[in-house]
Amino acid sequence: MEYVLLALLAVPIGCAIVFTLIPGHYPQLIRYVAFLGAAAMFIMSAAVFFGYEINGESGLQYELRWDWLENIGFFGEDGITLFLAVDGIAAPLVFLNGIVIFAAVFVSWNIANRNKDFFILLFLLVAGVYGVFMSQDLFFFFFWYEVAVLPMYLLIVIWGASSDFGTFTRTKEYGAMKLTLMLVAGSVLIFVAIFATFTEAGLGTFDMTQLREVSYDEDFQKWCFPLFMIGFGVLAGMWPLHTWSPDGHVAAPTGVSMLHAGVLMKLGAFGILRVGMDILPEGAAFWAPVLMTVGVTGALYGAVSALSQTDLKYMVGYSSVSHMGYVLMGLASMTTIGVTGSVLQMFAHGVMTALMFTNVGAIYDQAHLRDMTKFGGIAKVMPRHTAFFTIAGLSSLGLPGLAGFVAEFHIFVGVFQADYYWAGALGILAAAITATYILRMLARAYFGPLNEHWEGLKEMRIGEQFAAALLIAAILFMGLWPAPFVDSITDSVNSISGIA
Amino acid sequence: MVSGNIEWELLAPEFILAGWAAAIILLDLFWGRLGKEPLGYLAAAGAFVAAGVALIWADDTTDVGGLIDINDYTTFFRVFFALIGGFACIASARYVKQKLLHPGEYYALILMTVIGATGMAASSELLTAYISLELLSFSLYVLTSYSKFDLRSNEGGLKYNLLGAFASAFLLYGIGLVYGTTGTTSFAGIGEVLSGDIDDIRYGLYLGIALITVGLGFKVAAVPFHMYTPDAYEGAPLPVTALISAISKAAAMALILKLFAQAFLPIIDDWRYVAAGLAVVTMALGNLVAIQQSNIKRLFAYSSIGQVGYLLVGIAALSPETASALVLHMVGYVATNLAAFVAIIVYYNWTGREEISEFKGLAQRAPYLALSLTIALFSLAGMPLFAGFATKFILFQAAAEEDLLWLAGVASFFSFISLYYYLVIIREMYLGEPDEKSRFPTPWFEYGALSILIAAVFVIGLYPQPVYEVVEDSTNSIFLPADDDALVEQR
Repeated sequence: MEYVLLALLAVPIGCAIVFTLIPGHYPQLIRYVAFLGAAAMFIMSAAVFFGYEINGESGLQYELRWDWLENIGFFGEDGITLFLAVDGIAAPLVFLNGIVIFAAVFVSWNIANRNKDFFILLFLLVAGVYGVFMSQDLFFFFFWYEVAVLPMYLLIVIWGASSDFGTFTRTKEYGAMKLTLMLVAGSVLIFVAIFATFTEAGLGTFDMTQLREVSYDEDFQKWCFPLFMIGFGVLAGMWPLHTWSPDGHVAAPTGVSMLHAGVLMKLGAFGILRVGMDILPEGAAFWAPVLMTVGVTGALYGAVSALSQTDLKYMVGYSSVSHMGYVLMGLASMTTIGVTGSVLQMFAHGVMTALMFTNVGAIYDQAHLRDMTKFGGIAKVMPRHTAFFTIAGLSSLGLPGLAGFVAEFHIFVGVFQADYYWAGALGILAAAITATYILRMLARAYFGPLNEHWEGLKEMRIGEQFAAALLIAAILFMGLWPAPFVDSITDSVNSISGIA
Repeated sequence: MVSGNIEWELLAPEFILAGWAAAIILLDLFWGRLGKEPLGYLAAAGAFVAAGVALIWADDTTDVGGLIDINDYTTFFRVFFALIGGFACIASARYVKQKLLHPGEYYALILMTVIGATGMAASSELLTAYISLELLSFSLYVLTSYSKFDLRSNEGGLKYNLLGAFASAFLLYGIGLVYGTTGTTSFAGIGEVLSGDIDDIRYGLYLGIALITVGLGFKVAAVPFHMYTPDAYEGAPLPVTALISAISKAAAMALILKLFAQAFLPIIDDWRYVAAGLAVVTMALGNLVAIQQSNIKRLFAYSSIGQVGYLLVGIAALSPETASALVLHMVGYVATNLAAFVAIIVYYNWTGREEISEFKGLAQRAPYLALSLTIALFSLAGMPLFAGFATKFILFQAAAEEDLLWLAGVASFFSFISLYYYLVIIREMYLGEPDEKSRFPTPWFEYGALSILIAAVFVIGLYPQPVYEVVEDSTNSIFLPADDDALVEQR
């Protein structure tokens, strides 16, 4: 089983190589290869998650280690190793990635313009995401992090869409450039923080399991942690550095939005937890109030912004900012239950937002319009689509029985446990606002009398329905039976020093 | 001055290159039927032969008359420069056929630059280094103005020549002062003097070092001595631009590294922040001005200035560990930059265009070329999978290890800035609509060279250990045992 993680990297990269070898005029062949690759990733991801043994030892499992740079220059023993392993936190996120890519391939089935290049870049992105979740070496953690960011620019610029708001337009070039530059700017801070940590530890290795054992000087932790927090925070959509997120997600094609909002943003929060809090616990404790403040601000700000959007995709984009705010709140609580909630929320928001983007994409492909005020009564012509969107919305607003509730409940308990009453209260207010904009959107666009202009709309494609069903299955699974998730996450969260 | 016996056979690779250069000129003169294009491939073959012969002295340590070291450092750079020269010849072949006169002299001059560059890396004393540097520079001055009916080429060549002569004067004066104060021109000898008490000679010596820095700073195009770069890059025929950006910088960097490691290392605390300051302004100006460029040659001129800034970071943090990281980054940079230039040359051969906006729609007309150029540009910007990420990471980490974390941070920041202007080119290639839809004919030789370079970019980016080991062996041989002691004491 130790090769399953390597296979999870090899399959997307191998597929990308296969795509380059297939001539561009066989689009159907490329789709089948993409389907097979995504199916393999889905199955292996599920195997990793369900095969993860919860044994109370919180250890790394499926370990695989290959030397990369050793005993050279300033590198010592184990200088840089391709060290793959998952713990209870990473396992569900690996599963999440498998689900979302499988769904995204179905949603992207009909891409006609250069679908070969599209799938090459998409699979590279997926490889990067897997790499981040599985790397136990700081160099490769960052390596895969950048690999995940790298294809975004081309994916948005070539297959994206510009938004015309009448008085002004938000071009896809603008969204792509903004996203890329902000994320890479964040990487600069991470870069510096990694250099500093490596030097401070003085071990000559980037092995995170060893870096974690070092007790760093407190002052060092205090100035170094914010570099990680802000650097990763950019990708996590941390207010006020979230502005790339709505523009980028709206400009991106549906499949890419699903992956980006669904899993890529999680890399940011995962980085804060895995690298920042786990290696520099005292720094994390010192900066936790700040993280809590920006988290709760983001949750509220995102919700209020989503409330004021009439564009469906912008609404979903801002709701992502809002939900990632909860993730940061959970992390900042520094309690077992709160941090567990954050990881749960990463999973829950991942599948939920991927489902939302699937639905927005489905209607946009037909109507070429995303303004919810121009729709009305769509439920009559697209009943399944409406049902899917409703379920996503209900999970988003935290309806018990669906994934969002489980996650947010944990987070709020954690936040109150850590005595951040004000933050907990404001977070719950944000959840109420979420309910408002979700229900209002459903009421305006989907229920009520049918706007006759849209009588000709057809039900969403069967592939999209399958993708939606897959994502809904995940939402229900976690919502109705959260035990496997909670147990595996709690198991590993307990071992992080500094989390009470 | 001359110590020991002179074993001429140790210089066999250089003799081969010089002889080959002469043979190329004669071939061109007496056998014109051969045509222009095969001449280029023939010249490249000569460079590769020289590289192969240089390998004979792998792991040897000896010297020629106390003037030229034959050690792993020399062997490494002999091979490296010969490969650069060879690739430049291959990339030139079709360009020269279409655009230039007198191919024989052109290729002969490229081979001469290789000799000059090798001499800079191999010399163990200042005057040999100076002569080698002049050999390299003069060959490049001529090559820059080679397109003699093009005004820009003449302008660029003249500017390069005049400013280069000026810089040489600085360098010579600096060498004079260092010799006057230390009584020797040998790197090791200067290092010995500087390890002792230098209070009596401090001012003259420092002035000398400063002047040498100016002279060599010009050669690597460090700010503020970079003024000639954009014009020379823009004016020179494209393959020559590629050659300048690769061999001239790498050779000057190899010399700086050896000189500072062997001669000036004992007083590193006195010049470290000067080097750091030069690195910062070089990175800042190169990367910021590159954003404004619309001509791809000028863009690469400024981007290469920025790249020199990263290399200077390694000089500011000089130590055996940084030296190997620096050379590793240089290898990655040169491979990447040559790949980018080969791609640009191929495009220029097709269309005669060099404005960035004229690259629009390239992805539709030549997907492989567009992909290769994209890979090269992402590598230059320091994106993972490619050489730029791994080598920059190692280099900046090395700087951080030497207490220059802030400098590593500045370098990372400017590396981020550079992503913007590289993305602009990528956007044109993939997003623009081409004027015509037709595919370009495939140039097999150029694509072959390009594929090898791109493969190198991937190898260094994905598994640098073997290359890094070779590089470390070579840089270890320039750090004399005595200097290691001094380093230990400093710590």
